[in-house]
Amino acid sequence: MSQDRHKVVQSDVIVVGGGLVGAAVAYGLARGGVDTVILDQGDNAFRASRGNFGLVWVQGKGHDLPDYARWTRSSASRWPAFAQAMMADSGVDVQLKQPGGFHMCFSDKELLERQARLQTLQDTLGDYPFEMLDAADLKARLPLIGPAVIGASYTAQDGHVNPLKLLRALHTSAQAKGAQLRSSVEVDRIDCAPGEFRVKAGQRCFVAPRIVLAAGLGNPALAQQVGLYAPVAPNRGQVLISERVRPFLDYPTINVRQTDEGTVQLGDSMEEVGLDDGTSTEVLAAIAKRGVATFPLLRDVRLVRAWGALRVLSPDGLPIYQQSSKYPGAFVVTCHSGVTLAAAHAQRITPWVMGGPRPDELKVFSGDRFLTDKVFSHAH
Amino acid sequence: MRTDPLFQPVVSEARATRSVSLTFNDQPLTVPAGISVAAALLMSGISRFRATPVSESPRAPYCMMGVCFECLVDIDGVPNRQSCLIEVADNMRIRSQEGARDLICQPMNVRTVEVQS
Repeated sequence: MSQDRHKVVQSDVIVVGGGLVGAAVAYGLARGGVDTVILDQGDNAFRASRGNFGLVWVQGKGHDLPDYARWTRSSASRWPAFAQAMMADSGVDVQLKQPGGFHMCFSDKELLERQARLQTLQDTLGDYPFEMLDAADLKARLPLIGPAVIGASYTAQDGHVNPLKLLRALHTSAQAKGAQLRSSVEVDRIDCAPGEFRVKAGQRCFVAPRIVLAAGLGNPALAQQVGLYAPVAPNRGQVLISERVRPFLDYPTINVRQTDEGTVQLGDSMEEVGLDDGTSTEVLAAIAKRGVATFPLLRDVRLVRAWGALRVLSPDGLPIYQQSSKYPGAFVVTCHSGVTLAAAHAQRITPWVMGGPRPDELKVFSGDRFLTDKVFSHAH
Repeated sequence: MRTDPLFQPVVSEARATRSVSLTFNDQPLTVPAGISVAAALLMSGISRFRATPVSESPRAPYCMMGVCFECLVDIDGVPNRQSCLIEVADNMRIRSQEGARDLICQPMNVRTVEVQS
């Protein structure tokens, strides 16, 4: 905004990034009475928050790292109260539904792998209810399921929201609680001094004793300026959207869901194609084919939109949460599950940013874990 | 708010054009051949093409060029068709699109036609 030009804006905390992650952290801070400025990039940014699938998803996550499962569940269980708080602060209903979710399997091998993964989680965490369904069980739960689906896993913890309404709810709620959202801000550099961070953006300057980097794919370059390591990279997912149809699917699944307003969203692709958020016919065709195999009645549905969006993935696919030891007061918060983790980001990250203890689960998520020669593979 | 049709045929051309017969919600209409379904309905005085899926509000065409999806109708049993992109044909049975399409209860003996663009 023009009033920022040639002047210095002071606040308690600067949050760099106005997507789902940054806006959730800022909302939590503002609710706690912290004077917060959010710096959001312009329309040329790669905005994962505007292209995602909208799942609040728990099942299967963290099978090789129990703290990720714990962190994810702590967020999913906080989601109902979080949605209510946003409704009260913004008037926006994000259409949260947590009826449980299905992960479809198309072969015996997939089904066995699925069962092993969820069994590992149950063995590690104890209280981790899940069901493995064969084709007949699944047909009883979802009568429209296709014959190619030989079984599925179900857990009651899963759900979904309207992700665009979520972004709007977060922006509106944070501002209603006093946060300042500045759009079209391109951060040039961050200068660090003891107890003070100065963010330079063109003619503008923002100063605060604490700074949270939640800039998605912008994090690697920003993190190194405050003594942090956040080697995230883009991973493309493509999405298909159908015409609006009458409700036929009461549950989210990993590759097909029906939105609150009737459209069907299909997608489950992962591609490493750099900073290319376009679409490709072969990937969209595969998504459509899998969707029709899951629910054959989608065969004749008309598709009205398709897009690509870039996930923000670390080398092991898991989040990065760390405070800089070189410049205390600087934090990086970055993940690709910005919807699922939004409640935890708003409610559990913010006390840590303000000087409280780090949540127990987050010890393993420092970016420094990548400062080794180990080769990582995505756990997603 | 103005609700009468904004589209009026140029009289000299309308006279020169062959006509086709079709129905909208069982009402017989005779319209010039070669024009879009949306134009044909508008010039016949029809302003409610559909009801929206969420609030069931009435809708009529807006962009007339395939972008806005406001002009959806059911044509020969195929729901949610963009009437501004489809040419009128003899004996077309057009119905208003009442809310969202129902995938579960599809009309029988209807072959889905690809959207032309």
